[in-house]
Amino acid sequence: MTTTALPLRRWRFAVVVHDWGGRVGVILLLAIIVVAIFGPAFAPHPSTATVGIPGLGPSPGYPLGLDFLGRDVLSRTLDGGRSTLLLGGSATLITYVIGMGVGLAAGHKRSWIDPVLMRSVDVVLSFPALLIMLLAVTAFGNSRVVLVSATALVLFPGVARIVRTATVEVATRAYVEAAVVRAEGSFAIIRREILPNVAGPIIADLGIRFSWAIILIASVNYLGLGLQPPTADWGLMISENRSIITSNPWAVMAPALMLALLIVAVNLVGDSYVRQLGHSTGKP
Amino acid sequence: MAIVSKAAEMATQAPSFDVARSVPHPAVRFVVRRLGIGLVTLLVASILIFIATNILPGNAAVVVLGRGATPSVLHHLENELGLDRSVVVRYLSWLGGMLHANFGHSAVAEAEGRPDSSISATIGSPLADSAILAALTTLLLIPLTLVLGVLAGLFAGRKLDHAISIPALIMSGLPEFVTGTALIFVFFTELNILPPVALLSPGESPFSNLKALILPVSTLLAVAVGAGIRQVRSGMIEVLQRDFVRFARLNGIAERRVILRYALRNALAPSVQIIAQNLQYLVGGIIIVESVFTYPGIGTYLVNAVTARDVTEVQAAAVILAAVYIVINIIADLIVVFLVPKLRTAMS
Repeated sequence: MTTTALPLRRWRFAVVVHDWGGRVGVILLLAIIVVAIFGPAFAPHPSTATVGIPGLGPSPGYPLGLDFLGRDVLSRTLDGGRSTLLLGGSATLITYVIGMGVGLAAGHKRSWIDPVLMRSVDVVLSFPALLIMLLAVTAFGNSRVVLVSATALVLFPGVARIVRTATVEVATRAYVEAAVVRAEGSFAIIRREILPNVAGPIIADLGIRFSWAIILIASVNYLGLGLQPPTADWGLMISENRSIITSNPWAVMAPALMLALLIVAVNLVGDSYVRQLGHSTGKP
Repeated sequence: MAIVSKAAEMATQAPSFDVARSVPHPAVRFVVRRLGIGLVTLLVASILIFIATNILPGNAAVVVLGRGATPSVLHHLENELGLDRSVVVRYLSWLGGMLHANFGHSAVAEAEGRPDSSISATIGSPLADSAILAALTTLLLIPLTLVLGVLAGLFAGRKLDHAISIPALIMSGLPEFVTGTALIFVFFTELNILPPVALLSPGESPFSNLKALILPVSTLLAVAVGAGIRQVRSGMIEVLQRDFVRFARLNGIAERRVILRYALRNALAPSVQIIAQNLQYLVGGIIIVESVFTYPGIGTYLVNAVTARDVTEVQAAAVILAAVYIVINIIADLIVVFLVPKLRTAMS
């Protein structure tokens, strides 16, 4: 397996902009983040206010027309990015915090945590991801906290497994053993010796996890079981405007396009990083 | 967590234990072991589903009837649904019932006093409809994945590869509802040649309106085939770089024969796993796609049950979907082991 060739401190922005896929991805991703942060400030109308006839096509004052309740599609599309990025981002963050904690613990100590972790991973992987999300919603309701936690529950075992594998490999290296001989604490060894050397494979996976988090949450929202109206969310907007796809396709296509661009951008950046990682380890 | 670890111990010890003594053949041992693990996983899945659906504050009867229900009505429904018994007893009787294909009674239908509250009676038709959708998709999925993946692998880095791989990369990443919506936009809103919904009237066979199935099947294919192509392609590239392929070529064996006889056969074994992953994906993907096209399958059934907080229906649909998921995994493992003799001894 690839042990990392890129220690954490050398991981820079430059890594993903060395090829065209990475460049396009970074530009797209930055553009979407800018839209999500500053877009709502430029929204011509309040995102939850009815301003005209439901299903009105693009017309002066409403560049993307109006949705099924007569709300401005452009304003809602600008508004919908925040929840998508925030929920997806926090789910990914929690996934990594838990996944890395469990993975490092299992890989470094190789105690009872190890078999327990591996079997829990098997159990989570024996369920369709969406089914876990729906069961979580059934059990705990559809708050943002539940959406984020359920997503992290679905995704963390994969991270834990990768971190464990990388840690087991690094833990037997001479520099780790040297640190043990120097009587350094577990925490210091993990932070100074192990973590920088397992960072590569962990970061390589970040793109996939982030896009899965976005897709899972958007899917639950699409099914009407996540964020509730009148929230402006891309997944929710696609489903609630289905009935007016003939009168104003933009009400459906604008959020669909934004989601598609976001996911493609995340995947492009992730793939580009993986390619770069492969390059420096001498693999094709 | 305790349940999980206990089950895991059972999974690793129980099956191999008594088999090792009586039947020493590694292949049989592997099959029995794999089936045993699958059975335990299924049991753990059923326990987790039961816990998840019983964790609600208040019970199913309260949730369905609402907080304002009179005690006598509530008591009656609790009695009907067996909620007055302990959790363990309820789980065991639920599990026992499922072995006889009895999934209990729909909480909502009981509350409304509808006569058709038996889940076993109502879940059959959505299951059959979903099976048809999945079967049609599978029928197209396997040849498409293999042919396109192998072609992309053979022509790696050339125009044909790009023409296959780039769309595959994009399609495999997009969520089903985005792909499905885009297809509806193109083929219904713009071209108006295909219907945007695959709604069936009760008792109507999906085959009576095949045109309506084109878009749902295409949506599932777009995501699953896209993901499969990438994996088959890289498998093919890897096999083509192996020594035995190089030596076959150096020996002057015709390229056609090298590919069909040497490369393809060896690239096929991992493809079984890839296709199994795609079939497993269908179990989750079908939930979304059925919802996009309002197709009356098990996915729509599950989503409606979750929306109505019909706990017993959620349990039934979730257990069935989880079981299908696990069974696909087992079958794939068994097929792979019988295709690649090497693995038979390696795994035992």
